[in-house]
Amino acid sequence: MLHIKELHASIDSKEILRGVNLDLKPGEVHAIMGPNGSGKSTLASVLIGRDGYDVSGSVTYEGQDLLALSPEERAAAGVFLAFQHPVEIPGVGNMYFMRTALNSLRRQRGQEELDAVDFLALAQERMKLVEMDQTFMSRSVNEGFSGGEKKRNEILQMAILEPKLAILDETDSGLDIDALRVVASGVNALRSEGRTMLVITHHQRLLDYIVPDFVHVMAAGQIVHSGDKDLALELEANGYAGLTPGSARVGATA
Amino acid sequence: MSAPTTTVGISDEVRELANQEYQYGFSTDLETEVAPRGLSEDIIRLISAKKNEPEWLLDWRLKAYRHWTTLTPPTWQHVSYGPVDYQDIIYYADPRPKKTVASMDEVDPELREMFDKLGISLGEQERLSGVAVDAIVDSVSVATTFKDKLAAVGVIFCSFSEAVQEHPELVRRYLGTVVPYNDNFFACLNSAVFTDGSFCYIPKGVHCPMELSTYFRINAVDTGQFERTLIIAEDAAYVSYLEGCTAPVRDKNQLHAAVVELVALDDAQIKYSTVQNWYPGDADGNGGVYNFVTKRGMASGKNAKISWTQVETGSAITWKYPGVVLKGDNSVGEFYSVALTARRQQADTGSKMVHIGKNTKSTIISKAISAGHGQNTYRGLVDIRHSAVGARNFTQCDSLLIGKDSGAHTLPYIDVKNQTGQVEHEASTSKIGEEQLLYCRQRGIPEEEAVSMIVNGFCREVFKMLPMEFAVEAQKLLTVSLEGSVG
Repeated sequence: MLHIKELHASIDSKEILRGVNLDLKPGEVHAIMGPNGSGKSTLASVLIGRDGYDVSGSVTYEGQDLLALSPEERAAAGVFLAFQHPVEIPGVGNMYFMRTALNSLRRQRGQEELDAVDFLALAQERMKLVEMDQTFMSRSVNEGFSGGEKKRNEILQMAILEPKLAILDETDSGLDIDALRVVASGVNALRSEGRTMLVITHHQRLLDYIVPDFVHVMAAGQIVHSGDKDLALELEANGYAGLTPGSARVGATA
Repeated sequence: MSAPTTTVGISDEVRELANQEYQYGFSTDLETEVAPRGLSEDIIRLISAKKNEPEWLLDWRLKAYRHWTTLTPPTWQHVSYGPVDYQDIIYYADPRPKKTVASMDEVDPELREMFDKLGISLGEQERLSGVAVDAIVDSVSVATTFKDKLAAVGVIFCSFSEAVQEHPELVRRYLGTVVPYNDNFFACLNSAVFTDGSFCYIPKGVHCPMELSTYFRINAVDTGQFERTLIIAEDAAYVSYLEGCTAPVRDKNQLHAAVVELVALDDAQIKYSTVQNWYPGDADGNGGVYNFVTKRGMASGKNAKISWTQVETGSAITWKYPGVVLKGDNSVGEFYSVALTARRQQADTGSKMVHIGKNTKSTIISKAISAGHGQNTYRGLVDIRHSAVGARNFTQCDSLLIGKDSGAHTLPYIDVKNQTGQVEHEASTSKIGEEQLLYCRQRGIPEEEAVSMIVNGFCREVFKMLPMEFAVEAQKLLTVSLEGSVG
């Protein structure tokens, strides 16, 4: 459902992605690991259409050229990013925001919009997944939320918007073990045959909870190693330095 | 202190917003009786005679005029405009029919059509919203509704001219007690030449049963508009007053120098809300209204409360500082403001809170949005006098810049003479900009809708202070002003 081919991206003439190749099939969960600065978050940014990158290569999503779409069109096509640092939007109610988002997606897809009552019922049901209560919904979007609350709020949005491709960018960062458990169980509940996930993290810890089908290691802007979930454990034991030096060098010189 | 200033970087934002046409750009052709251009004692005598005013009022006007001739226009404000030729202004214009009408049916059909274009159908207002409207076109009141209902509880709500005839003792007692005739250049000019406005009196213990509303509109070519509004709330009285303005397209700049005086006695409360949408001028800054207004409330009694809420999206130049003199012990003053400047609009606005009584409290919340070449200056004064034991002020001013050519400035003045005073400033640190836009768009919300949502959220603290129907209007106005602002 997602084919990334020789994807390059640079910002201010600095090349960050140096030829990423990746194939994701429907229902698969892929993890991307790698040290800071290896380009993991940039990959997520390029996939959702953040401004400011010079991009080359191709990204085909369900047969469409993803790179040609605006961020909102990508969202309508079913692409979702759980942000690493969800931004605060003062004065805009969380409930109102999510309903506006869902109805924007529905409108773009030619579906009927949900009214406030139907949306409330939907939201209340999905809030259970991430153990959030009603008070979150009446607050402004992410405003004054703790780190854990922000991450739960991202997963709640994913639960409500029901994407086909969910990208989770460092969803475990800044979470204590209890919050991690809540977030991970929310994500697991959303795993389904029709939903592909790309989980970006640099801790193996998250993958104890969200068990991936595939693990990729990214270094210096390339995928340098791919394997199954055991690769994550190997990395945990040996660190990124334990990767075959040859493959790491390939990344560095590409 | 500096305000948080953040940027929404949107491609083509500036050009689009600057190119936006003024929605209410039309003019109607009411037959108008006008005075000759220029200002002199004769003109003032003419105005006074036309309005059949008592001698004391003519004397007051003349006193103001003579003082005004000694003044020069202020230059300290952070706005620039060409010199105003005060001798080229028509100070009196009288739309026909001249007589006040008893019912809507008697209102000039053309006039009613004009109100319909503005979306201010009087009949509609009367029937649906229960709002009494004292409609002002140019200088004479054309319709006053709901008078009987108000009269039943002793509330007087009428045109200023009518108040001069019917309740001269009240007018004489309070006129100029909050804004003296010699207060400033424009207030002084207004005192000399004001033609009409609204008058409102809420007697002791009466909670005014409806929101009072007035729509102002400049209609005749080159006619200066000098409104005078006086609102008095006696002990434990309450009134909520709404003022809304739009004006048609003009080639020449139009001067609008209004004065609003509010008086709140013991335990009284006055809530004054404004939605201002005067013609802002074209993309090059031509035309547009000069809005030089003096608005002040006197919380003269203990526990009195005066609140100003304003949403300003219009005018070429806005120059106003609604303030409260907190004279009564425990009195409260509030100022909530949203000011949007686009195209080449300039605004120098803020609030003045003068603490005199003990334990007086004031709050200032200012939200400034600048787009295009708009320049927005917050200028505020918090003045805590010797006598104001335990006075407190809280001020928050936030600015939102859209595009690269707009500007925002913050100039707070604080003068604390009593050491028990507490003055607090707060600035929101939330980042407004590309990250917020991307977040919204990633969730599927189109860019234009996202901008509107973020801006409305930015202003929410102020909107929630407006009466319900006004809040909706204000949000609509802001959304309209931002329409077409993204690529």
